[in-house]
Amino acid sequence: MSVVGNPKILVRFSKAGKVRFTSHRDVARIWERALRRVALPVAYSEGFSPRPKISYGLALPTGYESAGEYLDVELDREKAESLQLRDGPEGDLRERLNQVLPEGIRVQAIAPLERGGESLQQAVIACTWAIEVDGADSAEVEVWASGILDAEEILVERERKGKKVTDDVRPLVHSLDVSGSPGDGVQLTAVLGTQPRALRPTELLEARLEGTSGSTHPPLSARSVCRMKQWMLRESQESQESQESQESRNQTKITQGDARVEPLSVDAGPAALVETRA
Amino acid sequence: MSSLWPELERVLGEVQKPARYIGCEDGMIIPAHHPDKAAWLLIYPDTYEVGLPNQGLQILYEILNERPDAVAERSYAPWTDLAAVLRREGLPLFSLDTHRAAGDFDVLAFNLSAELVYTNLLECLDLAGIPILAADRGPEHPLVLVGGHCSYNPEPLVDFIDAAVLGDGEEVVSEISVVVAAWKAEGRTAREDVHVALAGITGVYVPSLYTADHSEDGALAGVRPVHPAAPEKVEKRTIADLAEWPYPKNQLVPLTEVVHDRLNVEVFRGCTRGCRFCQAGMITRPVRERPADQVRTMVADGLRRTGYDEVALTSLSTADFSGIQEVVEDTVSDDACGQVSVSLPSLRVDAFTVGIAAQIQRARRTGLTFAPEAGTWRMRQVINKLISEEDLYGAVESAFSQGWRRVKLYFLTGLPTETDEDTLGIIEMAKNCVEIGRRHQKGASVTVSIGGFVPKPFTPFQWFGQNTEQELHRKVGLLRDAARKARGVQIKWHDTRASVVEGLLSRGDRRLGPVIEDVWRNGGVFQEWGEHFDLELWTDAMARHGMSFEDHVYRHRHEDEALPWDHLSAGLHKDFLWQDWRDALDEVGLEDCRWIPCYDCGACTGYGIEHVVASAVPPAGGSQGTGQGLEHGGGVPVALSARPPREPAEVGS
Repeated sequence: MSVVGNPKILVRFSKAGKVRFTSHRDVARIWERALRRVALPVAYSEGFSPRPKISYGLALPTGYESAGEYLDVELDREKAESLQLRDGPEGDLRERLNQVLPEGIRVQAIAPLERGGESLQQAVIACTWAIEVDGADSAEVEVWASGILDAEEILVERERKGKKVTDDVRPLVHSLDVSGSPGDGVQLTAVLGTQPRALRPTELLEARLEGTSGSTHPPLSARSVCRMKQWMLRESQESQESQESQESRNQTKITQGDARVEPLSVDAGPAALVETRA
Repeated sequence: MSSLWPELERVLGEVQKPARYIGCEDGMIIPAHHPDKAAWLLIYPDTYEVGLPNQGLQILYEILNERPDAVAERSYAPWTDLAAVLRREGLPLFSLDTHRAAGDFDVLAFNLSAELVYTNLLECLDLAGIPILAADRGPEHPLVLVGGHCSYNPEPLVDFIDAAVLGDGEEVVSEISVVVAAWKAEGRTAREDVHVALAGITGVYVPSLYTADHSEDGALAGVRPVHPAAPEKVEKRTIADLAEWPYPKNQLVPLTEVVHDRLNVEVFRGCTRGCRFCQAGMITRPVRERPADQVRTMVADGLRRTGYDEVALTSLSTADFSGIQEVVEDTVSDDACGQVSVSLPSLRVDAFTVGIAAQIQRARRTGLTFAPEAGTWRMRQVINKLISEEDLYGAVESAFSQGWRRVKLYFLTGLPTETDEDTLGIIEMAKNCVEIGRRHQKGASVTVSIGGFVPKPFTPFQWFGQNTEQELHRKVGLLRDAARKARGVQIKWHDTRASVVEGLLSRGDRRLGPVIEDVWRNGGVFQEWGEHFDLELWTDAMARHGMSFEDHVYRHRHEDEALPWDHLSAGLHKDFLWQDWRDALDEVGLEDCRWIPCYDCGACTGYGIEHVVASAVPPAGGSQGTGQGLEHGGGVPVALSARPPREPAEVGS
């Protein structure tokens, strides 16, 4: 439980290059050390082994890059009162964090967090992925993509709590776009759902399409995968939907438009609060 | 000379824990290679998680990279999955710093902290694309050096290495760099040229310049030099003053989880407690303390720079550090460092030590570890671990009464003269500790951890015939049975089969080279990992080469027998060690020479150095090793000079 009144900040960062081979847990430790190094007054849990109150968003599979990762940090209210996110005596927090973070992890924006009780993990409903496809030309990938989109169901075998289960992941495929020129590699842009359980790009690429004419064999593989965006529903929409069941919300197709919003945009919005001076 | 990263990043997705192979640590150095600079690849032949925290490697990494004529990078043994992928893809072993091929370096320097990694040394050489046998290498191949505690008996490895370096590495790596840079400047002439030049450096043993003589029955008769440049006896290196070496200045902070993932500050080197089973305590003499002010600076700067919330004050017995209490107090009360916990990896067994532990573990009082090493006073006199029962029970009482719920006790079994009564004394002691604990806490428990004793070179027990695997197994069985009946006592033990192979390699001679190669060729890598250790590989290899464990491991050595390391020296007089061995058998203890007149073991007198100890009196409380009870207070006459006050040295960059 959070202490009443403790302020929170939302941090958006990228993960690229060699450091993409670190795990979700590794990234958590990297952040704990970085926050201590910049002496941010992070709130600690009570008890025998106090832990810093940091919550990490949706886990990024080891080896993937990302242009939009998030974490929330709860600050100690008393110590944070004098804290200025911008133009503080020791300079901008974003700059100070980037100085102590390893190469490849870069803070893009920081903002006070006003979102309510929902955690990042619950709030995010879909991600946009940029996938560089290996060993197939764009025509082949086009055929594969229409096969996926035309399928009634796509059964994928996954492990859950140590048991093998078969899930229909078709409802989680919101959109697929193929682009790319010969020699340059094929770029696949996919918007994939995350609720109730996120669909990983590689799970989709390896999925077997049964009974469809456009099936490709062997399944596709990725040379590289990058999470471009994480999406939540815009708050107004969320309140409209508040009466609806969780299930129907999960079915919502959010491919574009006003329905979706990023937790923290890099281009505009709350990030301006903490941009460095020009 | 280019980076292998583009090739590696394509395959790292296939292996477990790929973050082990990326480098990128805070503190990493990207050196500028140059034809005039000796390029070192420092290799820890175990996994990244085990090797990264090694302080010795990190110290040399910084010192070499500060030199104008040298550069240094690091590598660790790739786990079996990556090794298979590298072979499949035709990729070599690589450095983590710039992902450069190992074969592009001038020196491959292995840190050998444990015997069971020897086959990994061969694996690393093979992955590097270098002939595993030194005799098969030409001027185009890197030099292969070994250092660390195992290099005090490098004889089992002489087929594979160019040189072994004995003792502290801080100074000698610079002298080696000069020789290697000169060899490189001359266009890398024949390997013999650089061998001869290396043999001229004190502390460097070049085995190709020596020959081993054997008697008719095959027993070792001695190792002698066959080249004028090779000294009769190779002496170890010792740095006189730790204060001049405040390294590592920028401890590496790994991005992925490793063992001992914390700041480490070495508070002193060497130990003169004189525990007879302990090789580290014998070969690292004398005691050289770091000035307390320098320790404080290194702790404060290190915490600030790394973001760690834990610091370990390391040494072979940290409670013996002069002024330990003040240093610990300062660290835990320094607000600038935030919520910091301090760990003292080797606790002395007495109430004073528990008092310090109480100071640093205000919150998490889950477990406290002591090492009485033997279960009876008789046995502890034999091994010279002079902890009285009074001290141990006082420490345990103090721990449980101050809130600790579990005490862990380390013991050895298979010690010289050990009877079943001594062995079972371990469980008696544990039971007594539980009883004391239950006076304070309902759920008090004691965990007993058992290791099979392995005799090591340059210790008084170097002549002792190690217990057979069957005997160690039987003793562990006795202990397990007794522990089963003892309420609140849990027991853990080290694989007795692994102890046998450690014993084989620890005191082996040159005849073991083909055995090590045989085990490696049959897939024996990562032998220090339970999941990979395979005794059968070793017994088969020994049989194939006509050798027996009986002769090499279990046999007592005679006083006049040639030992494989007699041509090397850790400073200790052999007659001192022999006398200490006789004293052990007579159950006579020997006091800590920091606080009594010198008994001339040789470590100081031979090299014209002395202890560097800030306090002229033994630490308060407890009898362990000093032979002094509390009633003596601090009034022990001291023949040693205490360190003069000095300016704190510059630390950090």
